[in-house]
Amino acid sequence: MKLRRLLTVTKKEIIHIRRDKASLIMAFVAPIMMLLLFGFAVNTDVNQVKLAVYDGSMTYESRELIRKFDNSSYFKVSEMLASPDHVEAYIDQGVVKVGLVIPPDYLKELKKGKTAEIQVLVDGSDPTIARTAMSYSVILANNYSIKIKELSAEKSGRLAASAPGVSAKPLVLYNPTLESSKFNVPGVMGLILQNITIILTAFAMVRERERGTIEQLIMTPVTSLELIIGKLIPYVFIGMYDYLIILILSYFLFGVVVKGSLVLLILLGFFFLIGALAMGMLISTVARSQLQAMQAAMLFLLPSVLLSGFMFPREAMPDIVYAISSTFPITYFLVILRGIIVKGVGLAHLSNATVMLVIIIAAIILITMKKFKKTLD
Amino acid sequence: MAISIKNLTKKFGSFTAVNGISFDIPKGKIFGFLGPNGSGKSTTIRMICGVLRPTSGEGRVMGCDLVKDTEKIKQNIGYMSQKFSLYEDLTVEENLDFYGNIYLMGKAELAERKRQLIEMANLKGKEKSLAGTLSGGWKQRLALGCSLIHNPSLLILDEPTAGVDPVSRREFWSSITQLVSGGITVLVTTHYMDEASVCDIIGFIYNGDLITIDTPQELYRKHHTQNLEDIFIDYVKQLSNKEVVTSFKEMKRHRREGGSD
Ligand SMILES: Nc1ncnc2c1ncn2[C@@H]1O[C@H](COP(=O)(O)OP(=O)(O)OP(=O)(O)O)[C@@H](O)[C@H]1O
Ligand SMILES: [Mg+2]
Repeated sequence: MKLRRLLTVTKKEIIHIRRDKASLIMAFVAPIMMLLLFGFAVNTDVNQVKLAVYDGSMTYESRELIRKFDNSSYFKVSEMLASPDHVEAYIDQGVVKVGLVIPPDYLKELKKGKTAEIQVLVDGSDPTIARTAMSYSVILANNYSIKIKELSAEKSGRLAASAPGVSAKPLVLYNPTLESSKFNVPGVMGLILQNITIILTAFAMVRERERGTIEQLIMTPVTSLELIIGKLIPYVFIGMYDYLIILILSYFLFGVVVKGSLVLLILLGFFFLIGALAMGMLISTVARSQLQAMQAAMLFLLPSVLLSGFMFPREAMPDIVYAISSTFPITYFLVILRGIIVKGVGLAHLSNATVMLVIIIAAIILITMKKFKKTLD
Repeated sequence: MAISIKNLTKKFGSFTAVNGISFDIPKGKIFGFLGPNGSGKSTTIRMICGVLRPTSGEGRVMGCDLVKDTEKIKQNIGYMSQKFSLYEDLTVEENLDFYGNIYLMGKAELAERKRQLIEMANLKGKEKSLAGTLSGGWKQRLALGCSLIHNPSLLILDEPTAGVDPVSRREFWSSITQLVSGGITVLVTTHYMDEASVCDIIGFIYNGDLITIDTPQELYRKHHTQNLEDIFIDYVKQLSNKEVVTSFKEMKRHRREGGSD
């Protein structure tokens, strides 16, 4: 292997990238666009959900509860209605997603020192909103009831600690505010690193074949190893650059802070990048044209978006789908990303995922090398 | 000898693309390699270049074994195909630089060689143009330049003039003959019989078999005609055992008679 020949190939590849608009966009614009799109679109936060209210109590206390809902960023009281039936009708018609019904005996029950029951009606057709809206209203109601209990405890002169306890279970352990971007953005980072790298490498390799220039190249003394490594070098840099840019943008746009070790995050990211390069090469061994490469890439990328645990929790998947998703490197990389960024855990807690990632990527590299040798012959 | 092959055979599965071909080409000659489409010309060339491993047989190219010394062979040959496989998004100069560096040429040597080739290929003033913006004839000359950048002693041209206009074709061949007088050996495949007639030696391959290899003069004498095209058609007729479509001359006559009716 001659370094100069390798660098000559690298230099040529850089010129290709510089002069090809599609490659430039793919390398430098697409990652940011994907971050914005996924980051915002996959935002499952429930914010300012319209709330229809029936206040049967019409007391200071009931209005206070309604204010609590309205002042939270999750709900916005949009309708005050005359009967519980109206609330239901509004939900049926889709005017609001959530309804709050305060019964007429609300204050009476409170005064008796009992727990007053309020009803929260949720439109179940949007499960994400439904789930979160329910959790929020429970939290709001809990907080409120704690407050009244403390107040009543003060009044009656008893210690707050001895007042009947209300247990509010935390819903999400590491993301108490239930901000989905904290959870989603690390996943988006992994997907961007994977998708951009795979597509760019597959294209770079197929391009030589599609344009017939490979025929000329194999007649020269350049070896396949020099050619492959030389061509891949620019994409290693582009991949790492994208990875870091996304990391920085995630901080500024979504407030995602890396809780764990940045060095570990970058090292494992680099390793995953090598795997993505190998996958791109694997695609280039079967594709004859850039169009075919794109189709093959999509065939692979789509399931990895849907099944890797990025969109839906893997635990809920049928066994067969779960098994398929276990073969994707991205599945484990997402665990690593979320582990380091959201939970702030170290390698010790991520050993399973890391070992699986290493095994799968090693397998992919092996298969790619075998396939590549065949196509050269 | 520049090229010397013996019983070279290439099989793709059960299909024999090249069947026990042997020939010797002395240095400084133009060898015209003729044959119908799919007869095995490109496959033979790929074996000679050390890119394709022969199924059986042996050969030496510029003294190097074409199985064991492939790296040395590649360093010594220039190759150009009909596709003018240039990088269209690289400029004329960048294309030349790229191949020069691939052959690990020294900086000064490369600069001097580039100057010579740009002059030879009449590409002056086009150094900074993208190869993709050049017209067919220019592209072909640039491709020739790229294949000559490292001063190869054997030049292999696989249908170099396909799709090029008659003037460019002549210019191209005039460059080739000049190169040969400079001592280089040329192996060229072509479907143009006027080009073939310029060659020193002509080989005719059909269905993977080398049917004949001779000088044009000998071929004319043996077949009692001065027309290579007739000889080519004759061979195909004999070997395929069927009538090849009527000659162009007859076609012309037919059309004229048909038109006067
Ligand atoms: N890699 C391959 N695998 C299978 N068959 C092949 C392969 N390469 C060539 N062939 C077959 O071998 C035969 C000879 O092909 P070759 O390209 O050498 O012909 P050719 O004389 O160069 O034709 P043309 O004038 O069209 O360029 C053809 O029938 C072709 O289909
Ligand atoms: Mg051919």
